[in-house]
Amino acid sequence: MITLQHMLSISSVLFALSIAGIFINRKNVILLLMCIELMLLAVNFSFVSFSRFLGNLDGQVFVFFVLTVAAAESAIGLAILVILFRERRSINVEDLDTLKG
Amino acid sequence: MLVQILFYVFSSVLIVSALGVITARNPVHSALSLVLAFFSSAALWLLIEAEFLAIVLVLVYVGAVMVLFLFVVMMLDIKVEQVRQGVSRYAWLGWLTAAVIIAQMLSVFWFRGLGVDATVGVPPSPINHSNTRELGEVLYTQYVYPFELAAVILLVAIVAAITLTLRRRPGLKQQDVAAQVAVRREERVHLVKITPTKRKASPSDEAISS
Amino acid sequence: MNPNILLAIPLAPLLAAVISGLFGRQIGRIGAHLLTISGVGVAFVLSVKVALQLINGDVSVFNHSIYTWLVSDAVHMEVGFLIDQLSVLMMCVVTFVSLCVHIYTIGYMQDDPGYQRFFSYISLFTFAMLMLVMSNNFMQLFFGWEAVGVVSYLLIGFWYTRPSAIFANMKAFIVNRVGDFGFLLGIAGVFFYTNSLDYQEAFALAPKIAQASLYIPGSWLGGGWDVSAITLICICLFIGAMGKSAQVPLHVWLPDSMEGPTPISALIHAATMVTAGIFMVARCSPLFEHSETALSFVLVVGATTALFMGFLGVINNDIKRVVAYSTLSQLGYMTVALGVSAYSAAIFHLMTHAFFKALLFLAAGSVIIGMHHEQDMRKMGGLFRFMPITAITCWIGALALIGTPFFSGFYSKDIIIEAVGESHRWGASYAYVCVLIGVFVTALYTFRMIFMTFHGAPRWQQQEQHTQHAHGDLHAGVPHESPWVVTLPLILLAIPSIAIGFLTIQPILFNDYFVQSISVLDANDVVGALAYHFDGPLRFAVAGFLHLPFWLALAGVLSAWYVFLHKPTVSTAFSIALAPFRTVLENKYYFDWFNDTVLSSGVRRFGRILWKGGDETIIDDGLVNGLANFVGFCALQLRRFQTGFLYSYAFWMVIGLAIMLGLFLR
Repeated sequence: MITLQHMLSISSVLFALSIAGIFINRKNVILLLMCIELMLLAVNFSFVSFSRFLGNLDGQVFVFFVLTVAAAESAIGLAILVILFRERRSINVEDLDTLKG
Repeated sequence: MLVQILFYVFSSVLIVSALGVITARNPVHSALSLVLAFFSSAALWLLIEAEFLAIVLVLVYVGAVMVLFLFVVMMLDIKVEQVRQGVSRYAWLGWLTAAVIIAQMLSVFWFRGLGVDATVGVPPSPINHSNTRELGEVLYTQYVYPFELAAVILLVAIVAAITLTLRRRPGLKQQDVAAQVAVRREERVHLVKITPTKRKASPSDEAISS
Repeated sequence: MNPNILLAIPLAPLLAAVISGLFGRQIGRIGAHLLTISGVGVAFVLSVKVALQLINGDVSVFNHSIYTWLVSDAVHMEVGFLIDQLSVLMMCVVTFVSLCVHIYTIGYMQDDPGYQRFFSYISLFTFAMLMLVMSNNFMQLFFGWEAVGVVSYLLIGFWYTRPSAIFANMKAFIVNRVGDFGFLLGIAGVFFYTNSLDYQEAFALAPKIAQASLYIPGSWLGGGWDVSAITLICICLFIGAMGKSAQVPLHVWLPDSMEGPTPISALIHAATMVTAGIFMVARCSPLFEHSETALSFVLVVGATTALFMGFLGVINNDIKRVVAYSTLSQLGYMTVALGVSAYSAAIFHLMTHAFFKALLFLAAGSVIIGMHHEQDMRKMGGLFRFMPITAITCWIGALALIGTPFFSGFYSKDIIIEAVGESHRWGASYAYVCVLIGVFVTALYTFRMIFMTFHGAPRWQQQEQHTQHAHGDLHAGVPHESPWVVTLPLILLAIPSIAIGFLTIQPILFNDYFVQSISVLDANDVVGALAYHFDGPLRFAVAGFLHLPFWLALAGVLSAWYVFLHKPTVSTAFSIALAPFRTVLENKYYFDWFNDTVLSSGVRRFGRILWKGGDETIIDDGLVNGLANFVGFCALQLRRFQTGFLYSYAFWMVIGLAIMLGLFLR
């Protein structure tokens, strides 16, 4: 029997791994974006689980919106990435340090 | 029993593929691992009878977003070695943080309780139950306004993505339609009055006429 | 008593001082001296008038505040006058000596470019001294105390282009700082215990202070001493008196103060200001009476000063310095009298001493004028013929100083010696020996000065002829008698030097004259005990011929005559035989050496430690720059977090998230 505990555990492991992914792949913007997708997936995972186990559809509706926004976000993110690469010939985060004082 | 076996199989695949996403040396492998992760989570969602979202996840993410990722990754021609430099410097911190967060969350889920009984299974759905229909009923009634907003967000994203990546290459020949439409007669036609001259017989005239 | 008259007494000299000081150029030399002399003259006449009224019983003791300067919580700082027998005596002495010195200054300073300034200063001094003696509270006493100190400083450095004068006035100023610090502590102690600065209120509570004790912590570990509050207060006050009245070891400034013009040496550094300490102790007698310990301290300090400063007079060759050391010694006598509770005798000696010491100083000044500003006695001699008035008045002053019967000094000094003999206070026997030897020493150095200056073979001739050639100056050469403005004060002062003791010993000492001003416990009343033996000034003087002090003085005079006049070779022999002692004396008991090498260099070293260690290391490097460096260091560490890379901010967010989660789950 699959319980809420199981599902949430999967979700938290997924989330923690995506965090570790951000740390590990800190140089590569594309991978960062992918980790963010993974993180969103973890969040969606818990949304869906709660929605199902509590019998409330709102959680699934929210996942729907999250998916929409995530799609938009990755589209724009990748577009920015493309421009960045075109400008600097690199997607190394350390080259993107115009914020640095 | 079968459900449980499937759960463990898919969740193992999910975690392994997530590990693959974050550890793969090649971004293409990462992206493909991510696709696998999405697939397995879709399967897990199916297991708990969230069919619509599972399908949407596969269609939207795997079909659109991940293809976009792969497309970009391949287009950008990233030098893998250069990007992977200095990876391990903060890696231990990442693993440590991940371990801490996992420990914290698991301790919550398994030992603390969430205010609800988390040890029961999914309430079984009626026979003629349709997750899609149910979701649709909520989405187009209660959440119709956010739904429209989501559509606008997507539109904005489309416009933004196109605007960002649109570029003018120098030296490219293009039509300027506006300029073409806005042109005036005086700019194109120039009337010249030429006085006719009497023909004279001369060697040079002959040369011209011939 | 009319307060306006009392106000006029100090304000007349003040007005004259201000006008001649600020508008000296407009009123000219004659205007300046006329104005200041009339100011001091008014003060003198009014003082005498007030004194006569008071003594005749026409008016009672005046003790009122005239003006409230400021009130701060319980502290009333007021200007007020306490006019009793003690103050009128001091007022008369001060104004009379000041008047004489004013007149004398006309002659002494006639060539000086700072003529008006000088008159302004001495008038200002008269004002300050009058404020001091007329005060009815400690605040005004302190004001007068510091004001006379300031004028003294200004006048010692009057010839401010001479480095030695600048050095001397700095020295006087700094040494007086030490004393004044003690004095201020004493006043603070009085205020602490009585909550009042007024004499009357404070003295009324003296028995209460006598009961109190003050705990002085010994160390941080605990331990300490209970000190009698009254003893502490009295010793602090007396330290002030030691500074002002130049008692050992704070005497070092007085000989050097002779760098100033002679008139002020007479007025300030002999007759009046230096006696302010004596006056103050007498005024505070109700406090001192309650502390046996403090009085013993006073006694020992005074006796030491009286004897050992006298020795220094014997070897000095500067005529003014000899008189200055004699002043120190005589101040020691007064202090001894204070120490044995014979306050009235101290004041009596103060008065007689003011006259004859001013006389001696002015006579010395006259000699200096006559010798064209030569102060070295080795270049004088045989001046009697040339300056008879000066010489005779100087003789009178000298005889008074050594205590020749019938002269004023005899009465006051003999009373002191007998009072010491009567006293059973701790240290009294030491003091008795000191003052007896002191009589011999006094006679010795005084007549050494007289003989070296006025008698014997002239030693200036060869010297002078040499300078005559050098300068081609017709005036230089033969010494001459001074003008009348110089000799008149000499004569004016010679009269009281002879007569004042004879006339006033009975009324001042034995007729309860000071009963309202000075309080003496019955057990300590040595002057009262002497009154039983006293039967008139005449018989007292005749009996004086049979007493030890007279024979000691005579011995001193005769040895001075033998050694310095009759057989000068003996003095050379003596100085060879007693070379070690002479070395000690020539170095003034190494007080200056001690102050220079131990105190001031110690203080400088201490200051250097504070400067280098305390200021530069701890405050500058440690606190000021250290804080800045610490902030800079912290900022440097913090800056490492501000990498400018988004991922590092994300790291910290995530780590913070983990920590927050941990906190929630705690």
